Amino acid sequence: MTAIGMSTKNLSVYYSDKQAVKDVSLDFQAKQVTALIGPSGCGKSTFLRSLNRMNDLIPDCKITGEIWIRDRNINSPDTDVVSLRQRIGMVWQRPNPFHKSIYENIAFGPRYHGTKNKKALDEIVEQSLRKAALWEETKDRLHNSALALSGGQQQRLCIARSIAVKPDIILMDEPASALDPVSTSKIEELIAELKRDFCIVIVTHNMHQAARVSDKTAFFLTGEVVEYDLTTNIFTNPQKQETNDYITGRFG
Amino acid sequence: MAQPLERQQAKPHLAEEWVGKVYTLLCIAFLILTIFSLVYFVASKGLSTFFVNGVNVIDLLTGLKWAPEGEPRLFGALPFIFGSFSTSLLAAAIAAPLGFCASVFMVEIAPKFGRQYLQPVIELLAGIPSVVYGFVGLSVIVPFFRDVFPGQGVGIAAGAVVLSIMILPTITTIATDALAALPKGLKEGSYALGATRWQTIYRIVLPTTLPALMTGIVLGIARAFGEALAVQMVIGNAPHIPRSLFESASTLTSAITLSMGNTAMGTVANNALWSLALILMLMTFVFVFIVRWLERRSKI
Repeated sequence: MTAIGMSTKNLSVYYSDKQAVKDVSLDFQAKQVTALIGPSGCGKSTFLRSLNRMNDLIPDCKITGEIWIRDRNINSPDTDVVSLRQRIGMVWQRPNPFHKSIYENIAFGPRYHGTKNKKALDEIVEQSLRKAALWEETKDRLHNSALALSGGQQQRLCIARSIAVKPDIILMDEPASALDPVSTSKIEELIAELKRDFCIVIVTHNMHQAARVSDKTAFFLTGEVVEYDLTTNIFTNPQKQETNDYITGRFG
Repeated sequence: MAQPLERQQAKPHLAEEWVGKVYTLLCIAFLILTIFSLVYFVASKGLSTFFVNGVNVIDLLTGLKWAPEGEPRLFGALPFIFGSFSTSLLAAAIAAPLGFCASVFMVEIAPKFGRQYLQPVIELLAGIPSVVYGFVGLSVIVPFFRDVFPGQGVGIAAGAVVLSIMILPTITTIATDALAALPKGLKEGSYALGATRWQTIYRIVLPTTLPALMTGIVLGIARAFGEALAVQMVIGNAPHIPRSLFESASTLTSAITLSMGNTAMGTVANNALWSLALILMLMTFVFVFIVRWLERRSKI
């Protein structure tokens, strides 16, 4: 698997008449973590949800501009959204395990993409759980309900679930904000681990988290990207006044 | 110093609390009393068939011939029990898939159109009086069955079709609420893994909401089981187990409504009808327990 990144060009998102994201052009590189930070309502989550066409599910939502993966603009109407989402995993703020066993949660995706063989599925389940650092805790109870896991474990299960379909890119929408500090640090360790294989884009409200886990950071404000640079530059030497105000806690 | 002040303020509240508590308590006591006296009344009447008139319980439950005024008197209620179960189960079998699919359409596929037009229409179905259903059944469904199938058209099939339309709102409304209450994250999680809409509905939405869907079915069956008028109008009311779905039959409810006026209070024929009512009531309890059990399971 060659490493694949993603880029957007003049991406705008409208809800009815309101423009939530304005002309955003960003590059996300493979094997890197990119953090999207900014105050609530600045459009960063909307932007993230556009990247795997999740906003298609929202009526009255319109997306213009281009999203490039390799040499394809996936924002074109002829894109097969179903197979696209297979290549772009997503993890939400609230862990959303299916009301099934741990095993079935992970096997869910691969099964739909053609893996029917029990042995192959077993293999995928184990590998995905190992990659999500959840294997040791769950190997003896794979067939128990996923809902019996703790919040942090559920979130790692959701990460494992999205790894299981072998995506190139993983989108994370505040993956740790509903978790306690211990679980949060586990998720952060996991992100550092996962970036060896995937291109990760993470939305976070926690600026320390952005500083800890990401290589590059984009600062969003009212739907626009104010500044996009290496994380170290953003946090130590921001070029724009707004960025400086935000990271020093003057607003947001 | 603060404590006595608080106490002074608390006093009027205490009185209010007391009034509220007593009032609600009286209401619930009245309700419980009503329910218990109802159960007691039905049970004492229904059981006196066995204890006063000496009819054998087993004979009543398994007997095939119903002739309370006949010579000899026969109290076989099995045809009615059979009629009640077959019409209501068949009605649920017809209405459940229709109701599920309608609610899936309303919630998942066309939420705007569904909310605006379909839901009011389906809720309207629930408000139509049962005599209207029976009348329509008698003048549309029965003649249709008479033309298409051998027999007089009346019977379990006609009853089940009429009942299925009557319980459709119950099943659809409960299913719609359950589907709408499903956390959005679950569906998104499935879509994000590259599942199609149908796969998501079939593998995530339906299994997750299954207990609620089952609750809808059971409530529908309970409604069908207790419906008297509409069924009575289309089932034919012959007190025997029919050989086909298009042959005249009877249910517990239709047997009671048909004969209640013709029997004198306190006679064995009247008591036997109370026994039928008792069976109906006990079955309703069973349905309620099933619903409670399903609800407990869905809370996991």
